[in-house]
Amino acid sequence: MSNEKEKSRFMRWLDGEKDIYEGNVELKPQKEYVLTPQRLSEQEQERRQLTERTNDVERNRVYLFFKSAYVVLAVAFCLTFIFVLLWAVSWLPPVGNAANPDNNEVSARYIERGLQETGAVNIVTGMILDYRAFDTLGESHVLFVATITVLVLLRKDKGKKEDNDRVYEPKNDTILQKVAFILVPMIMIFGIYIILNGHLSPGGGFSGGAIIGAGLILYLNAFGFAKTERFFTEKTYKIVSFCALSFYCLAKSYSFYTGANGLESGIPLGTPGAILSSGLILPLNICVGLVVACTMYAFYAIFRKGGF
Amino acid sequence: MLEWFRFALGSLFLFVGIVIFCVQLFGIFRYKYVLNRMHAAAMGDTLGISFSLVGLMIFSGLNFVTLKFALVVLFLWCASPVSSHLIARLEVTTNEKLEENCSVETDSEPKMQKEGSDLGKAIEEEKA
Repeated sequence: MSNEKEKSRFMRWLDGEKDIYEGNVELKPQKEYVLTPQRLSEQEQERRQLTERTNDVERNRVYLFFKSAYVVLAVAFCLTFIFVLLWAVSWLPPVGNAANPDNNEVSARYIERGLQETGAVNIVTGMILDYRAFDTLGESHVLFVATITVLVLLRKDKGKKEDNDRVYEPKNDTILQKVAFILVPMIMIFGIYIILNGHLSPGGGFSGGAIIGAGLILYLNAFGFAKTERFFTEKTYKIVSFCALSFYCLAKSYSFYTGANGLESGIPLGTPGAILSSGLILPLNICVGLVVACTMYAFYAIFRKGGF
Repeated sequence: MLEWFRFALGSLFLFVGIVIFCVQLFGIFRYKYVLNRMHAAAMGDTLGISFSLVGLMIFSGLNFVTLKFALVVLFLWCASPVSSHLIARLEVTTNEKLEENCSVETDSEPKMQKEGSDLGKAIEEEKA
C-alpha cells in the first residue's frame, strides 16, 4: 500500500503537480517578473539585434570557418595524440610479465641505492623529489593553475559593494581568538617541522604545506581579513608561488642536465640523517610546501570573499 | 606480573573509551535537535578520545611516542570544544525558532548582541 502511495507521489512529481522542495527546504522568495514598457522595449531591441546578427553573412562566414576548423583541428589533435601514445605503448614490454624491469629492477634499485644516490633516509621523498621530481613539479603547477583559474572565475567586480554575506561568520569570537592565539603558532611550527624533516621522516612539502595552510585559515577565521592582509595579499601569493615554482624548475633542470650528461653538479649530498643533507631535496620540499600552503589559504579566501 | 598489570590497565582504558564512543554514536542518532546531538558528539571527541589515547600511552610506556600522544590529547581538548562552540553559536544566531527546541533565557539575548556588536548590528540590518 505504501509502495503504491510512494509511486503515485513520484508520478505526481514527474507530472509536475507537486514541488518536492516546497515546505521541505528553505527557499529564497523569488521576485515576480513584471512586464513593464521598459522591459518590453529591451526585449524588442534584443530581438532586433539577434536578427541583425544572424543575417550578417560576412561576419558569420568567419564564425562558420572557425567552427569547422575547430572540429577538424580537435579531431586531428586527438588522433595524433592517440597515435603517439599507442606507438609509445607498443615499445613497452608486455603487461604482467614477471621479468619486466618495473617489476624487479626499478624497485630493487630504489630500495638498494636510493639512500646512496639521493641522500634521503625517507625513500618515498627520495623518489618523489629526486627520481620523479618533474612529476612533483607538475603537481605543484596544477595547484597554482587551479588557484589562478578560480581567481579568474570568481573574481569580484571592481567597485561593486561587498555583499553582507558574512553575517554569521565567527567574527570577534573571544574563545576562538584566545585558542587561536595558542594553537596557531604550534600548528605553524608543526608544519615547518614536517617540511624540514621531509627527507628524514614521513611527511614532506605537501603534508607540511597543508598543515601551514590550515593554520593560516584558523588565524583568518579568528582575527579576520584585516589582520591577515597585513602579511598575505594576492600579490604576496603570486610572488611566493612564482618564486618557489621557478626555483624548483631551474634547480631541478640543472640537476637533471648535469646528471644526464655525467657532469659534476656541485650539490653536496651530505651525511644521511642530518637536517642539511640529501642535496636538493630540502629546498625543493620547502618550495612545494610554500606553494601548497599558499594554495590552501588562497582557495579558502577566494571561496569566502572572492579575492584576498 | 607488571607487564600483565599494564596490559590490563591499558585495555581497561581503551575499553572505557570505546564504550564512550558507542554512547556518543547512540546519542547522535537518538536525539533530533542539533544542540543535543552536539552535546552527545562532544563527549566522544574529548572524553572518549582521551581515554583511548591514555590506554595507548600505557601500552607504549615512557618514551617519545607517549609525549606525542599527550600533545594530541592536548590539541584535541583545545580544538574540539572550540569548534563545537562555534557551531552552537551559529545555530543560536541563525535559528529563529530557538524557543521551540530549548529554553532560552531572555536576559542573555541582549547581552550577546552587545558583546558581538557587529553580529547584532548585522542581524538587525538583515531583519529590517
